[in-house]
Amino acid sequence: MTLTAKPPLVEIRNLTKRFGNRVAVKDLDLCIYPGECLGLLGPNGAGKTTTIYMLLGLVRSTSGEISVFGESIPERLKQVKLRIGVAPQADNLDPDLTVYENLLVYAAYFGIDRSTAGKRADDLLGFFALKNRSDEIIQHLSGGQRRRLLLSRALINAPELLILDEPTIGLDPQARHLIWERLEDLRSQGTTMLLTSHYMEEVSRLTNRVLILDEGKIVAQGDPGEMVADMIGSEVFEVADSPEKLDVLEETLRSCKVDIERVADRLFIYSKEPCAELETMAISLRHVSKRPANLEDLFLKLTGRTLREN
Amino acid sequence: MWLLFYKVWLRNARVWRKHVRASLIGNLGQPFLFLLAMGFGLGRQIPQIEGVTYLQFIGPGLVASAVMYSSSFETMYGSYTRLTTQRTYEAILMTPVNVEELALGEIVWAATKGIISGLIMLATLPLFGLIPSPWILALIPMLFLEGILFASLGLIMTALAGDYEFFNYFTSLFITPLFLFSGIFFSISAMNPVIQKISLALPLTHAVNLSRMLCYGRIGPDWPIHALVIIILSVFCAWVAIVLVRRRLIL
Repeated sequence: MTLTAKPPLVEIRNLTKRFGNRVAVKDLDLCIYPGECLGLLGPNGAGKTTTIYMLLGLVRSTSGEISVFGESIPERLKQVKLRIGVAPQADNLDPDLTVYENLLVYAAYFGIDRSTAGKRADDLLGFFALKNRSDEIIQHLSGGQRRRLLLSRALINAPELLILDEPTIGLDPQARHLIWERLEDLRSQGTTMLLTSHYMEEVSRLTNRVLILDEGKIVAQGDPGEMVADMIGSEVFEVADSPEKLDVLEETLRSCKVDIERVADRLFIYSKEPCAELETMAISLRHVSKRPANLEDLFLKLTGRTLREN
Repeated sequence: MWLLFYKVWLRNARVWRKHVRASLIGNLGQPFLFLLAMGFGLGRQIPQIEGVTYLQFIGPGLVASAVMYSSSFETMYGSYTRLTTQRTYEAILMTPVNVEELALGEIVWAATKGIISGLIMLATLPLFGLIPSPWILALIPMLFLEGILFASLGLIMTALAGDYEFFNYFTSLFITPLFLFSGIFFSISAMNPVIQKISLALPLTHAVNLSRMLCYGRIGPDWPIHALVIIILSVFCAWVAIVLVRRRLIL
C-alpha cells in the first residue's frame, strides 16, 4: 500500500451522470495513484465507459468533480489530454491510413514533431510485433493486430496515464497473452493504468486494486486477492445433481462454515476453512469439481447472475 | 486555443492525396459536363447574353457551383462517414484536439477541396474562349469563403443526420435548386422583379454574380453586397455548424 501514499493522479469526487431519466453513474468516488493499475469492473451498463468518457471530456458530467494530474476537467482538458493515452473499447483506428500513418497522424494531434513521432512509431511497432505490417492498410489486419495497433497508438504520446477499455476483447488466447505481457512490461516501467475488462484472469493478472461497479455505484473495492479471500473464501465446489440429492447435500453441510448458492440444478459451495463433510462429499459424488475461489465468483456474488442489458 | 484545427486539415489532405484522381473526377465531372452540354450543345442555338456567348456566360457560374458541390459533399458524405462508421471523430477527440478545432478543420478542409475544384474549372475556361481578367485574383478568396459557407451547411446536415438518406433532402431541396436558379444558366436581370428578389435570397446567386464580374473584369456597383452576404453567411453558418457538431459529439 505504499502506492497510495503519493497524491492521486486521478481524483473523482461525487461524480454523477444522468442521460434523461437513466442514471449511468451515481455519486462515484475514485482515485488512481501513480504507478498503480486500477481495475474497473462491472456488468455491461454499469457505468465504466461513461466514467472514462467523462474523464476524457467526451461526456459532460451532471455533477461532481474530476481532476487529473491536479488539473480540473473539463476546464483544463487540453493540457490533461496531452498526457493521457487511450485504447478505447470500440476500434477507432483510421481506416483511410496505413498502420504507420495511423501512428504518425495521431502523434500530430498531440503536436509531436515528425522525427520524434517516427522514432516512437518504430519503437512501438517493434514492441507490439507489428513491424512487418507498417505499410499495411487497416482492413488487412487481424483482430489481434488491430488491438495491438490501438495500444501502440495509445502510447504514441508517452502517456503518464494509460486508459485501457477492454483491451483484449474478442481476441484469441495467443493474442491476449502477448498483450498481457506487454502491459506487464509497461506496468513494471511505472506507467499508471486504468483497466476495464470482463476477463477476470486479465484483471487478476494486471491490476493491483479493483473497483467493482454496479448500476453506476461502487459495490466493493480493494486488492483483488484479499477481496476474494475475505468475501468468497479459499475454495469452491460445484456440484451438479438432481434437486433431491442437492437438498440432502445442503442439509449435511449445515455444520460447515460455507456459503451455498443454488443455481438451477447446480450447487456452488464457497468454503472459508477446511471441513470434513465437504471433503467426504467431494470424494463420494461424481459430478463435483473443486477449484480455488477467483475474482469471477466475487463478481457474480456482488453483481448477481441475471443479465443486465434488458 | 483553436490552432490544432490544421492537424485535422492535414489528416484529410493526406487521405485525399491517395485518391486524388477519383476525388477530382467526382467533384468536377458534373459542372464540367454541364459546361460542355449546355455551352456547346444548347449554346449554339442561343444568341449572345450580356454581350458574351452562352458558353462564356455560364462558365463563371459553373466555377461557383463546382465549389458548392465539392465543399458541401465533402462535409456531408465524407464527414458523416468519419463521424459514424469510421469513428474517426471519437479517436481525434481522445487527443488534445477539441471539438471546435475538429469541426473547424473539417470545414476548412472541405472549403479547400471546393477551391481546388473551382480553380480547375477556372483553368479550363480559356479552352472555351473565355480569357479571365486579372480580377480573378480577387475571386479566389471569395470562392474560398463560398466553400466555407457550403462546407458549413453540409456539416450542419451531418450533425443532424441519422443516416445517409437524410442528405437527399438537402441535395434535392437545396443544392439542386441553387444550381438551377442562381443565375448560372440564365440572366436574372431579365426576369420579373419578384423572381429577381427570390434569387437574391439564394446564397449561390451572390457567388455566381461575383464570379461573373471578376472573370469578365466588369465590376458592377453591387459587388459589396454580394461579398458581404457571402462573408456574413459563411461566418454565421460555420458558427452554427461548430455548435451543432459539439452538441452531437459531447453527450
